[in-house]
Amino acid sequence: MRRWLFPLVLGLGLSLAASPLRLATTTSVHDSGLLDAILPGFTAETGIPVQVIAVGTGQALAIAGRGDADAALVHAPALEARFLKEQKGVLHACLAKNRFLLVGPPEDPAGVRWETNVLNALRKIYLKGALFVSRGDESGTHKKELELWRAAGLRPQGKPWYLESGSGMGATLTLASEKGAYTLTDLGTFLFMRDRVRLLALFDRDDPRMTNQYSYMATNPERFPWVNFEGAKRLRAYLLRKDVQERIGAYLKDRFGQSLFEPLYGRCPIPVP
Amino acid sequence: MNELVEITLRSLLVSGSATLLAALFGLPLGLWLGARGRPQRLAASLLYAGMGLPPVVVGLFFYFLLSRSGPLGSLGLLYTIPGMVLAESVLAFPLIAGFAMAGVAEKANPVRRLVKSLGGSELQAYLTLLAESRRVVVAALAAGFGAVISEVGAVTIVGGDIRHATRVLTTAVVIETRKGELERAAALGAVLLGVTLLITAVLVLFGEREAR
Amino acid sequence: MIAAEGLEKRFPGFTLRAPRLVAEPGRVLAVLGPSGAGKSTLLMLLSGLLPPDAGTVTREGPAVYLDQHPYLLERSVLENAAFGLRLKGVPRARAREAALAWLARVGLEALAPRPARGLSGGERVRLALARALATEPKALLLDEPTANLDPANVARVEALIREEKGRGRAIVLVTHNLFQARRLADRALFLLGGEVVEEGPAPAFFETPQDPRTRAFLSGEMVW
Repeated sequence: MRRWLFPLVLGLGLSLAASPLRLATTTSVHDSGLLDAILPGFTAETGIPVQVIAVGTGQALAIAGRGDADAALVHAPALEARFLKEQKGVLHACLAKNRFLLVGPPEDPAGVRWETNVLNALRKIYLKGALFVSRGDESGTHKKELELWRAAGLRPQGKPWYLESGSGMGATLTLASEKGAYTLTDLGTFLFMRDRVRLLALFDRDDPRMTNQYSYMATNPERFPWVNFEGAKRLRAYLLRKDVQERIGAYLKDRFGQSLFEPLYGRCPIPVP
Repeated sequence: MNELVEITLRSLLVSGSATLLAALFGLPLGLWLGARGRPQRLAASLLYAGMGLPPVVVGLFFYFLLSRSGPLGSLGLLYTIPGMVLAESVLAFPLIAGFAMAGVAEKANPVRRLVKSLGGSELQAYLTLLAESRRVVVAALAAGFGAVISEVGAVTIVGGDIRHATRVLTTAVVIETRKGELERAAALGAVLLGVTLLITAVLVLFGEREAR
Repeated sequence: MIAAEGLEKRFPGFTLRAPRLVAEPGRVLAVLGPSGAGKSTLLMLLSGLLPPDAGTVTREGPAVYLDQHPYLLERSVLENAAFGLRLKGVPRARAREAALAWLARVGLEALAPRPARGLSGGERVRLALARALATEPKALLLDEPTANLDPANVARVEALIREEKGRGRAIVLVTHNLFQARRLADRALFLLGGEVVEEGPAPAFFETPQDPRTRAFLSGEMVW
């Protein structure tokens, strides 16, 4: 009994002793490995360990919105605006962006490849009835996809060619590859998965609708007095620093030939009021 | 330390502590219910229903309980190992109590009859039943442990899958699958299976040992 | 000696009645009857494991009831044999010594250190007998001890019953086996639907039964 109790007590002690910073973020950021590359530098400079909780954008904001995380790193401008308006978050800043892509089988049955407007590309898929896999999980990417269909004036839900995976981006790409289907993906996950799926980036253009913007917010210390606001402020300053922003831009650039995350130095191409 | 070893040890720590915590309450309850030798319909229904508790629901319950904005928020247990142990022990409790009750109930009447027929007292009958319940206890512990070490819903919500803090084997499998690293996910799954088998085998061997 | 007077035990849909019944020292009383006649209930009433709803049972000295499917503890054969003595507070060493002697009596001394759960059917019954006898009871209440045993084991168990009868124990034997009853019984009793139909000394009971239902049962007909 005593042998079992010891590690339990030790674990309890450690978890109470250190005062780490809890960052709620989205799976796409976490799974890219970016945070593992840049956060150790922060911990080395400040002595503040960062605990990353990777969940969907909705859940990340829900956790921070109850004061269970000290800061959030998410990519859903509309939800962020509401979060700020509800006084749950403060010190909003845009960190980086990349873009969403429309990917599909090399045969491109709907002929999306030549479209210059993403809404027209979706209309072609709709008219052709080509297979399309939706995340269907209320993630940032799923919200973006729904927003695009709405903007195109289409309602694909319930169509036999519209599949909902209900799972993460990697699994959804694998499913689309197996089915020979189109899907909407963020750039990072696709670059990581590119060699393992039979999918091509068929719509990959600098379309403002396809911008994927990542922002940082601290949890409002006036509403949640227990949060580590000092740490959240210091992490914000660190992430926006010129050298760190450059490192974000350079992350895996050699491997993929393009930036996974383009630094934004705090400016927001998509305004978050 | 190798991260795989770290995650495996953490899985064992969380599941082992949760099993012990649940056994602390579940075993006496199960043995007490079973030792009466009559079917305890209400208790049995509750325990058997409890075995079907969806881990995600238990996880959510503990999230709200332990959240800083929740009733026990000031303890700061959300996203910590003790918090995970609490949630997991609730999942293991009905399994341990239920298995113990069912196993003991089966032996209660024959053992009592034997002790009484040899002139023993009610207390001696009860003590003998306890001594005879070792394999039952082992089965109950193995069932509870197996359920919590392979569970992912509650540990994800309550633990948060924080690297170097609360990541366990099951949540690691989920991440690798999400990332599309299916081979690595499968390897982690194999470790999980191996660890579960090993622990269960040790428990069963211990239970099979004859009392001298 | 066990004496019962005006025994009655009621279950939903079934009542057992035994107006008068005596198991004498050094005698075997065979209890016969079809399944469901109440034979095991009668034994448990006599042993005191089951309280009667009416009537009295007087036992001179301890009486041990032997289950049809004896429960063997998850311990060694020796520990099982010593169990009754340990319950009575006999120190472990002395209990083991006595148990070993009884194991020798039933031919199980070679298996003493083995786990009891690995025993065969005949060995289980013999171990249960050794366990019961080690406590030196005045009466033995045996519930179909040789059901499902092979002929060699049946012979061993019957020999043991005769020996223990010779040592002055009162023995009540529930059996389905009429031949066994004729071989062992000094008195016999026929139970049907919870009622004692006929009871009497052995040769007469078997040769010239008075009740037509006893006659039918003894000649192998179905009786309800």
